[in-house]
Amino acid sequence: MAMAAMDSGRRSLIGLRIGTFGLMVLALVASMLFAIGAGRFSVEVPRIGEILFAAFLNPDAAPTQMDERIVLLVRLPRVLLAALSGAALAVGGAALQGVFRNPLVSPQVLGISQGAAFGGALAILFGYSGVVLLGMAFILGLSALILVGLLARINGRTEVITVILAGMIVGALFAALVSVVQFVADPNTSLPAIVYWLMGSFSTATWPRLWLAVPGMGLGLFSVWLLRYRLNLLALEEQEARSLGINPDRERWYIFIAISLMTGTSVAVAGIVGWIGLVVPHAARILVGDDHRALIPASALLGAAYLTFIDTMARTLTAAEIPLGVLTALVGAPVFAVLLRRHFRETNHT
Amino acid sequence: MIGFTDASVSFGSRTLFSGITFNVPVGRTMAVLGPNGRGKTTLLRALLGFQPLAKGARTAPKIAGYVPQHGASQAKLSGLEVVVMGRAARLGLFGQPSADDRASAEAALVELSACHLADLRYDRMSGGQRQMILIARALATGSPALIFDEPTSALDLGNQSRTLELLNTLRLRRDKAILFTTHDPNHALASSDDVLLMMPGGHEVHGTVAEMIQPDLLSELYGVPMRWVEVTGPTGEPRRAILPAFSGIGVAA
Repeated sequence: MAMAAMDSGRRSLIGLRIGTFGLMVLALVASMLFAIGAGRFSVEVPRIGEILFAAFLNPDAAPTQMDERIVLLVRLPRVLLAALSGAALAVGGAALQGVFRNPLVSPQVLGISQGAAFGGALAILFGYSGVVLLGMAFILGLSALILVGLLARINGRTEVITVILAGMIVGALFAALVSVVQFVADPNTSLPAIVYWLMGSFSTATWPRLWLAVPGMGLGLFSVWLLRYRLNLLALEEQEARSLGINPDRERWYIFIAISLMTGTSVAVAGIVGWIGLVVPHAARILVGDDHRALIPASALLGAAYLTFIDTMARTLTAAEIPLGVLTALVGAPVFAVLLRRHFRETNHT
Repeated sequence: MIGFTDASVSFGSRTLFSGITFNVPVGRTMAVLGPNGRGKTTLLRALLGFQPLAKGARTAPKIAGYVPQHGASQAKLSGLEVVVMGRAARLGLFGQPSADDRASAEAALVELSACHLADLRYDRMSGGQRQMILIARALATGSPALIFDEPTSALDLGNQSRTLELLNTLRLRRDKAILFTTHDPNHALASSDDVLLMMPGGHEVHGTVAEMIQPDLLSELYGVPMRWVEVTGPTGEPRRAILPAFSGIGVAA
């Protein structure tokens, strides 16, 4: 009888879950349609449907009409890239927060973004772009994370506070190295390229750039999704996890590599877009709870919808494009402040 | 099933124990008593394989049902989800708990009469409720061994009594090798068959409860005189408990 009560309670919970995810998918679709339609040349939603459907039926036909060209060549790759990056950054944040048992860490707080930025800036300095830039961003992002891991591990234990402090140190170090690269860069060619790239923007999104980003982000997202139950187990204390037959030291690195892959790729194609990995997982946690089997897909959906929307705001609010980082920080900083206060109030209670 | 053969553990130059040998077979329960800082926790860590041995060998199943003092402290998950984690060793790296794993977890909760905790949020539970979930999780591993790290230390008297009764129930089923650490020799009296004393001098002795829970041994163990006192059991029958005899105990009758 007790078991039957347990089952019926769970069934209503599952119903609620499906409804929540339905709304998130709806939000993503709405955000993407709005993004494709909005702009100086606005396109109505039914017309967007028409254009997309026609292109789907006949993908090889070159778009001829003005609105077709805008939707298919300009806005669609940009919207898809923004959505993919949003999903990757949010999932990266959610996974890191699980591994560190702390809702206040993100790829940026841990210096991964700055490491990736240094890698990318170095690539631009030497005149590389595309795959080389992407590879450099990934490798240096991962290096930053390894450095944080080594610095924060004291007597075989990794405390959250030392991780955050180590992240700040490593982030500052790589930010300084980016400045060094800017200092030595050619002010006529590579310096402006580095500066614009770092500001964070999807304005340069094209289909080739999207295809460049898909493998890294796709692989990273897929890996974290595969490891979603592992994240629940990795959130346990080290000794407890080991007693349950898990190897936390090794499994944590699988997650770290996936996160570096996503963060490096996103920095490579769109510069540093901060705050997504901090704000979105928190919102997702409020909606679906701490279980990573729900949290990871929810973070992906919300991150995609959120960054698509913010990017659309960035290019439509004023005549010139507002740098993305400015908008995400304007929203993110106050949310982070509230999070921080709430977190320490809760910890002090127990 | 669980134990050591001539095992030693040292931290740097400090030897916590050396040449320790004991075995807890399936069907028996051992209590480990020792003063603070003597190395009870290290003994458990070594038994679980987290602490390398300087010499000797340990005997333990691959996965032991381990009940930490404070576990899963941050998990904002349901009680059932925490119990399901006991099945982790059976899942691959990319595995998800199946209906079978869920059923085993539910069976563990039924076994402990703790079904009412299945859908409660773990992080909102009381200390006693959390402990019940952690014990269920240890049972859900399916391991023939259960290892408890001071199961009564963090609990109030009511929850201590309930935990001891539960330990005793598990002991009397005689289907697991059980080992627990405790500060109170009366807890060993209540729920164990054998006792290991980690003496302050650096040696260990073990034997049955009747042999080990003796005023002279325990006086040496804790460094205060211990003696038997008459108490009354739940149905009014006379029983004995062992207590320290120090100037502050009790009131004049």
